[in-house]
Amino acid sequence: MKTEDFDFLSGMLKERSGLMLTQDKIYLLESRLTPLARKRGLDTLDALIQKLRMRADQGLIRDVTEAMTTNESFFFRDNTPFDLFKNHVAPAMEKARGNQKRLRIWCAAASTGQEPYSLAILLREQWHKWKDWRIEIIGTDICTQVLDKAKAGSYSQFEVQRGLPIQLLIKYFKQEGDIWRLNDEIRNMVTYRPFNLLDNFIGLGNFDIIFCRNVLIYFDQPTKSAVLNRMAKTLAKDGTLFLGAAETVLGITDEFRPVRGQRGLYVPSSGEAEKLMGLG
Amino acid sequence: MKLCLVVDDSKVIRKVARRILEELHFDIEEAVDGQDALEACERNMPDVVLLDWNMPVMDGLEFLRAVRARDDFEQPIVVFCTTENDMAHIRTAIEAGANEYIMKPFDREIIEAKFSQVGLM
Repeated sequence: MKTEDFDFLSGMLKERSGLMLTQDKIYLLESRLTPLARKRGLDTLDALIQKLRMRADQGLIRDVTEAMTTNESFFFRDNTPFDLFKNHVAPAMEKARGNQKRLRIWCAAASTGQEPYSLAILLREQWHKWKDWRIEIIGTDICTQVLDKAKAGSYSQFEVQRGLPIQLLIKYFKQEGDIWRLNDEIRNMVTYRPFNLLDNFIGLGNFDIIFCRNVLIYFDQPTKSAVLNRMAKTLAKDGTLFLGAAETVLGITDEFRPVRGQRGLYVPSSGEAEKLMGLG
Repeated sequence: MKLCLVVDDSKVIRKVARRILEELHFDIEEAVDGQDALEACERNMPDVVLLDWNMPVMDGLEFLRAVRARDDFEQPIVVFCTTENDMAHIRTAIEAGANEYIMKPFDREIIEAKFSQVGLM
């Protein structure tokens, strides 16, 4: 790929999605965009780039952005955040929101739905505590294709075996041929909508818990700061933020601080959420 | 190191499972059917059994029931690993005392995920 073509594509992706591509990711551009070029009746990736240069075709730009945003996900990915959620975050919210009985959770990169559904399953497993609560789990992603899959709640045999204990598969899924489909009681707990983290957050409302794992790694420093600062405004003062294990707020924002000894868990700097969670 | 008994009548499957599990730092023993596996358990009880279902002589379910019926056994963790991939089989296996269930085909990630769910890693 020519340098000017790489610069053109990476510039476009950064502007659209915040995705940062370095030269060593050229293979990724080629492997993901060549099939898209063919689907569009073009012979090569070069032809696709030509087309993009000639005219700002919004549909094509969206397809390119979707093809390039990573969508790998599985149930209970990395375990630890879900253990923290179950043992500390959810009990803290049960206490703190006991009067209004209202809980809002945002999965900011919901991808194909495994993360929000994992949270829904955990809450369902303690339904005696939550059944008269109004719980909203909102899954957003920049990619509308993955959200369609998320909404369907249908997964391959391969997908349901990565992270999902067999007891939960038996309890919450129905087998439909080769497909394993989540029961409506879990699917109905999550709502999905397309959302770009670069846009403003007005309209999403406020949250008690935000999961934003393995997204910031694709952004440059100023974008990371901007996203985290906006998240701070939508998150309750006693709320919690989950980031990926390889991500941090240090040197990026003063709005959050890490909870000591709990990898990936962050709280608003101005609050005292640790005490509430028994992690102080 | 924990000991895993790999029970499968297919030599290829045993080899693949052995390679993955050795990378995950397990000691491996192999058995070719349920009867062979029972004898292996009597000699040296493994921490975990990775168990095929359909095998000659004694199948995986019969083996599991025989093991769970033995009160002189230090009970191992049993993870089924089979092409039987319908809900009825899964339920039967869990009711008979299986701890986890893998539907073939499997890969390293699935083995790793399932083994960590049952506390082996």
